[in-house]
Amino acid sequence: MTVAEQLKEALGNRVMRLETPNPKRVYLTVSPEDLVEAVRFVWQVLDARYVIVSGVDTGSQIELLYHFSIDRKDTFVSLRVFLDRNRPEIVSLSSLIPATEWIEREIWELLGVTFTGHPNLTHLLLADDWPEGNYPLRKKTDGA
Amino acid sequence: MAHKRVVIPIGPFHPLIEEPEYFALSCEGETVVDVEWQAGCMHRGIEKVSESLHWDQVTFAVERICGICSTSHPIAYCNAVEDLLGIEPPVRARYIRSIICELERLHSHLLWVGLAGHFLGYNTVFMWAWKYREPILDAFELVTGNRQHYAMMKVGGVRRDIDDEDTLRLKKILGEAQGKIEMLTAAVLDDPVLAARLKGVGVLTPEDIKNYGAVGPTARASGVDIDVRRDSPYAAYPLVEWDVITASAGDVFDKAVVRLLECRESIRIIEQCLDAIRGQKGEIDAKVREIPPGEGIGHHEAPRGEVFHYVRSDGTNRPVRHKIRAPSFVNIPTFRASCIGQTVSDVAIILAAVDPCYCCTERIQVYNRKTGTKEFGFDDLLRLSREKTQRIAREMGT
Repeated sequence: MTVAEQLKEALGNRVMRLETPNPKRVYLTVSPEDLVEAVRFVWQVLDARYVIVSGVDTGSQIELLYHFSIDRKDTFVSLRVFLDRNRPEIVSLSSLIPATEWIEREIWELLGVTFTGHPNLTHLLLADDWPEGNYPLRKKTDGA
Repeated sequence: MAHKRVVIPIGPFHPLIEEPEYFALSCEGETVVDVEWQAGCMHRGIEKVSESLHWDQVTFAVERICGICSTSHPIAYCNAVEDLLGIEPPVRARYIRSIICELERLHSHLLWVGLAGHFLGYNTVFMWAWKYREPILDAFELVTGNRQHYAMMKVGGVRRDIDDEDTLRLKKILGEAQGKIEMLTAAVLDDPVLAARLKGVGVLTPEDIKNYGAVGPTARASGVDIDVRRDSPYAAYPLVEWDVITASAGDVFDKAVVRLLECRESIRIIEQCLDAIRGQKGEIDAKVREIPPGEGIGHHEAPRGEVFHYVRSDGTNRPVRHKIRAPSFVNIPTFRASCIGQTVSDVAIILAAVDPCYCCTERIQVYNRKTGTKEFGFDDLLRLSREKTQRIAREMGT
């Protein structure tokens, strides 16, 4: 059974979109509410290795990609969620995967995403007195 | 009596390794009870810069991320763009990529072994390791023109070929280096002082590796058998014979074991690659012209672990997003698991970033407030230190 099939079977109708541009890459879109369950399945049941989270400002939404690697199968699973650009907020995974604590701080300061339940949402890379509401990785859009 | 909690800062600019980093060690007595890490002292915004550069320029911009493993980011980036394109570079380019990457691993591991010796105050190891590292840098200069920042990678291949004469010169340099590295490896691994200082220190369990997503020699020293070169074959790694080195104790000593034995494997890989390209002719560039819209993931086993790059294209000549994760971003947080409960002197080595002022030159004096007299003087500290050394020697049965 391929990783994509396993994901489909386990997550059922929570799968919003499943893309496999090649057999080694699986991009799975879920709603923000289903993220924890999807991560739990990928990280614990499929025993994937947490790699990193990428945040992208698409101009209309904030997109987060949670990258996991299943090393034995040479496959990357990237869980994709879309957040409201005006009020991006999602649950913190740091109580499940301790490693996410740092990247969530980075995404918070660079893209302005609030991670609810994060134990220490403070600046990691930028200076402590960095102006509030100024997010370096946000794209400049009309009227912004 | 309960100890008062004291915060010992290491950084923001490290006096020994000359790199900006900041660790705050919260200590009770000699025991470290918490570690806080602050990054960003040299935040250069390369991910943002990347969005303003041409796809070809990004290769050289990311080479500037690290001065030690400078080819790791370009190759991970090229892997990511090639994943987006769905192409593979020509075979000859794949061999040359592996030669450059393994030469880099050799010099980087030797650098680390030397610095580890330096941190411990064992400068013989430092001088040996760095002396034997020098010919590797000469080899780089020979084939790339530079000791660092080789600018060899490009999307779809490599920028320079290695001709037959240079393969012979490289083989000669490697042959000479091999004997010295073997001697250094045997000397370091047999050294009772290093064993006493490093064994059982800063242990990471496989669960810690999973929780923190740690990679590279840090993971392999804890028995976690992962290596991008084998698990996700790229460049010439599936075409040559070599072994993934793992150890089981997860302490600082085993991290040294893994790195030193990996040097041997690197030489094996380079020699096979050199034999494969000598006397052969072939294309070294897939000649990529345009990057279509899409996204790609690339990774590479750098000397410190997996480098990860994610790129997204909208069909223009610049990436719209380029995410970079260096191995240290996931390896550094493991200090929270390996340092807590250890003594300050051990933590300095676990962080591989010791400030000799703390370990060697800092002196304490304990005053009795009521009587105003010294409780411990220099002679008392000397006596305590000698007693501790004798106790450790007895425990080791020497």
